[in-house]
Amino acid sequence: MDLFTDLFSDYTLRTVALGSALLGITSGALGGFALLRRQSLLGDAISHAALPGIALAFLLTGSKAPLVLVLGAGMAGWLGAALIAGLTRRTSITYDSALGIMLSVFFGFGLVLLTFIQRMPQANQAGLDSFLFGQAAALVEHDVWVISAIGVIVLILMLLFWKQFKLISFDRDMAASLGLPVKGLEHLMTGLFVGAIVIGLQTVGVVLMSAMIIAPAAAARQWTDRLGVMIALSALFGAVSGVGGAVTSSVVANLPTGPVIVLLVSLIVVLSLLFAPNRGLVFRKVREWRAGRDLRVDAVLLDLYTLASQHSDSRHPHSERVLNVMSDMSGPARRTLNLLRTLELARPVDHDRWSLTQKGVERALRVIDREFSDRHAGTSS
Amino acid sequence: MTTDSNPPVVPSAIDVRDLTVAYREKPVLWDVDLDVPSGVLLAIVGPNGAGKTTFIKSVLGLVPAAAGSVLIHGQPYDANRSRVAYVPQRGSVDWDFPTNVLDVVTMGTYGSLGWFRRPGTAEREKALKALTEVGMESLANRQISQLSGGQQQRVFLARALVQDADVFLMDEPFQGVDATTERAIVDLLRTLRENGKTVIVVHHDLQTVTEYFDRVLLLNVRRIAAGPVEEVFNEENLRATYGGRVAFISAVLARREG
Repeated sequence: MDLFTDLFSDYTLRTVALGSALLGITSGALGGFALLRRQSLLGDAISHAALPGIALAFLLTGSKAPLVLVLGAGMAGWLGAALIAGLTRRTSITYDSALGIMLSVFFGFGLVLLTFIQRMPQANQAGLDSFLFGQAAALVEHDVWVISAIGVIVLILMLLFWKQFKLISFDRDMAASLGLPVKGLEHLMTGLFVGAIVIGLQTVGVVLMSAMIIAPAAAARQWTDRLGVMIALSALFGAVSGVGGAVTSSVVANLPTGPVIVLLVSLIVVLSLLFAPNRGLVFRKVREWRAGRDLRVDAVLLDLYTLASQHSDSRHPHSERVLNVMSDMSGPARRTLNLLRTLELARPVDHDRWSLTQKGVERALRVIDREFSDRHAGTSS
Repeated sequence: MTTDSNPPVVPSAIDVRDLTVAYREKPVLWDVDLDVPSGVLLAIVGPNGAGKTTFIKSVLGLVPAAAGSVLIHGQPYDANRSRVAYVPQRGSVDWDFPTNVLDVVTMGTYGSLGWFRRPGTAEREKALKALTEVGMESLANRQISQLSGGQQQRVFLARALVQDADVFLMDEPFQGVDATTERAIVDLLRTLRENGKTVIVVHHDLQTVTEYFDRVLLLNVRRIAAGPVEEVFNEENLRATYGGRVAFISAVLARREG
């Protein structure tokens, strides 16, 4: 409760929460498109590539103003993305190799520059190294202004070109045949990725920023089959984990923000992978188990019915051992017979023999009907 | 060929001249001419790697041509692109994309919507009408990952119908579809022809060329022959297109004559 009231009264905490919510929304939304375009790792390359940009911006201007650093980060990130695209197109280097090369070259260069800056005699270089793992507590109102301005521009452009982005993501050739400037739109989208990434670097850090692009989108994809819903959910997951991580790390001393955010968003991913309806692992397992159980029940039911149909009474009892022999399903029939009893489809007459109930006879007839019509449809088409 | 001898007064639906496409110095298409009048169904046949898909893509401007010109109803493609609809290979897109059947078909209206207008009721109605024409109206809200191959193909055809085009370029619409869908697609192609549309189809099944199409382009990097099926779809041209696979060609021709 204290934390909750603090969110509204404590100025620092409110600033931090607002900034991280905005960056979470932006990176989550754009990350949705990155995921669908199979470009999730591009986010990783861009964020690592941004580090030397931050260092160079500081070296050239001597300023740590958020706009200056973000511009430097953006230019370096964009350059990295452009080099990856160029390398893939003009040489035989594959996309994933180009990503890896650019990521490590830019990041290495950035670390060298950062070390160099830290050895400089001036006093104001402190804090730049927080760009590595993120330091939400350092966010001030001015940072939040920059984050909001860029975030809002990125989101507006995404909504404005929604139709085009959807089409080039789903069917690039069709988009080109309609006369859309596909290459230009792809550049614009890369620009939006860069924008969404650079506003998160101070809070989340270059090392883990890609998680904010990949993870909310991967989680959101589990819950829906509509693009709009997926992007909205992804933005929500990004905001929740961004705020949660930033606030936690601001309250607990010496806790870097990036790792906390990543842990939170990973939790959302794990829960989504497990429990989302339709796509979730748990639901799929339950569905498979149910289908398997129904098949076993139907099989034993049909066996009982087949045996009984040789007598005048369709409920004529038969020995379990006969059913064991007939059953081509794995394992003995006992388990399934017990299930049949629970479902009131069959009952034991004595210690060995089983008989169908009226309900069991009806279900057996329905199964036969269904199988016959399925087979009939299968041969006619 | 016979079609080229009398230049029609009305410009051809598609007029391709000297089309040459190279991929990293290796020619994929070499100096191909093709003149297609309006209201015909034309099959492009040839072995794998003959450049059939490349031909369609370079007509559409998706693959840059090293040389040659393409006119659609007498005008360059850029000026007349609203009269052309493209049906890509079914496998060229990710069918797990989060969207449904109606939404994919509605994409066919994006060209006429302009940059910032969103599809509304009118566009959705058009899409539903096209879905009805391919017999898929009951699946309008189905998630596309749940479609069979034949249904996917029909969704693509419906999306092309929505474009209100005069010229249709289709890349293997019969690939991997069941007999029912094949029948439905053939009926659709014939309806298009009756309405004066021109349909160009990359086709793999030589057995059905004579039954489904009235013109054929035999292609193997170069144009081997093009014209009415009964004039050019013969053993000599097939041999020239497919090389020495004699038994296979004889079987096709025997079937055709039988």
